[in-house]
Amino acid sequence: MIRDITLGQYFPAESKVHELDARTKIIITFLYIIETFVVNNFLGFLVLAIGLAIVIGISHVPPKFIFRGLKVIIVIIIFTFVLNMFMMDGRVLWHWKFLTITYEGLYRAFFVALRLILLIIGTSMLTLSTKPIELTDGFEKLLSPLSKVGVPSGEIALMMSIALRFIPTLMEETDKIIKAQQARGADFESGNIIKRAKSLIPILIPLFISSFRIAQDLALAMEARCYHGGKSRTRMNQIAFKKVDLIAAIIVLIFFTLATMTRFIDIWHFA
Amino acid sequence: MAFIEIRDVTFEYKMATENSDGAGSKSNVGKSDTGKAGSAGNQGKTGNITEVVGKALDGVSLDIEKGEFISIVGRNGSGKSTLAKTINGIFMPSHGTVSVDGMLTSEREKIFDIRSKVAMVFQNPDNQIVSSIVEDDIAFGPENLGIPPVEIRKRVDLALKAVDMYEHRTKAPHTLSGGQKQRIAIAGAIAMMPECIVFDEPTAMLDPMGRTKVLEIIKNLNSKGITVILITHFMEEATQADRIVVMDRGKICKDLTPKELFSDSASVIASGLELPIVAQLARRLRERGIDLEQGILTSDEFAKSIISLSTRRD
Repeated sequence: MIRDITLGQYFPAESKVHELDARTKIIITFLYIIETFVVNNFLGFLVLAIGLAIVIGISHVPPKFIFRGLKVIIVIIIFTFVLNMFMMDGRVLWHWKFLTITYEGLYRAFFVALRLILLIIGTSMLTLSTKPIELTDGFEKLLSPLSKVGVPSGEIALMMSIALRFIPTLMEETDKIIKAQQARGADFESGNIIKRAKSLIPILIPLFISSFRIAQDLALAMEARCYHGGKSRTRMNQIAFKKVDLIAAIIVLIFFTLATMTRFIDIWHFA
Repeated sequence: MAFIEIRDVTFEYKMATENSDGAGSKSNVGKSDTGKAGSAGNQGKTGNITEVVGKALDGVSLDIEKGEFISIVGRNGSGKSTLAKTINGIFMPSHGTVSVDGMLTSEREKIFDIRSKVAMVFQNPDNQIVSSIVEDDIAFGPENLGIPPVEIRKRVDLALKAVDMYEHRTKAPHTLSGGQKQRIAIAGAIAMMPECIVFDEPTAMLDPMGRTKVLEIIKNLNSKGITVILITHFMEEATQADRIVVMDRGKICKDLTPKELFSDSASVIASGLELPIVAQLARRLRERGIDLEQGILTSDEFAKSIISLSTRRD
């Protein structure tokens, strides 16, 4: 069962979105995050939402997977929604004791909730359509100009990919330790929260020790394979921008420009 | 001059004894394998911590020629793993010298030349795979050597085919079996195009099937001219070599061909080793007065010997 875990939330599929260079997707996602804060009206969000819907459509990622990401932050969305609804001054719509809902409050609440939802769905498209290893490669390439000012981009990327590589190994290790401790009579299932938290100690300490041992072994193996930092290191996979990246960038920029322009036309109609 | 020359190498390590309080653990790095090795030497007292200097290797000299297949055997803590790690400069000997193709491991600027000539495969396949994609992992060594991408691609494909794992090249290592993972680790060594590969108990954690396959690959590599140094606990594996070096308490106590070594079964057992199963059988039969020849190691030889015995009787 532990063998089947997927790393990150990558959804394997063959699509134009998956095909894009990881750097293109990272930059687009970055601009998209900025864009959701630049947009200040519902029409702008509509433009972004249409764009996002098109991306989802092309990507072949089932909406089920996309909304799974929302589940995690649903509490935050509801919390900000309620807070905004009651906290704004303005034209009163409904009043009961100390609770007041204003027109402006309701508008603001919907606005912020929508912004959050668009933000989460948009950014999760990056991780859904890009393999973790491609992501780290992309980050390495994007950070590489910074290596001139002393940012160890190669080392950072290698660290990230080693961390990803060892998630399943450490999961297996945890599984082994749990079974070994259970065989010695450890009880992880009964008692209150504090007791259960305490019962994790006999798992965590051996896990800690064994992860140090693994790190030691790995360091030896890497040394034996001539690893000596990022200097003069080449890479087998040369990532290169393709035509599809250029087309995607142009389309995305058109959408972002449209969304930004709504700032100037829409102000008098809505808010 | 031999390809690998080990001259009078001693490897000392410090170990704090029971009444210590945690100090000295620093010097214990990487010795888990050799902790019990050697004879306790000088005892120096620092405060209430007693530091014992142990010798994992004690005056070892060994020559290994190009293209040889030698296996190193010995009980736990006999220093065989430490010896292997001094060959490519992972451990530096306290005394003595190690040279590979005329380059001394003590010359730090040549260390990467040495390591690209002498690759190493370790015991635990899980802990030596760096990447979460098989072919990326194999590319790790050549990438470190700064080889151009097109050439790396070629080497990776060749290495994958050499270990018969080409169809698994895009898989994640954790989805593979132990034997398959070890083959990936071997491919990672092959891709560096070394002249020698040191295998440090490569089959210890594998099932019998994986073990057979890995040994087959090792023999295949040797037949292509790669020098092989195989450290093992399995005598059946050791007998495949041209030469067996037996280590005990940090010293080389025998350096013989498999036939020579196992003909003297008593001394083999004395150095804490087991005879291969066929040799054990032959020995027991000999003890019961059946006149089998000395130095039987494989089932083929055993069969021949039995047949010749029956024909002699007729």
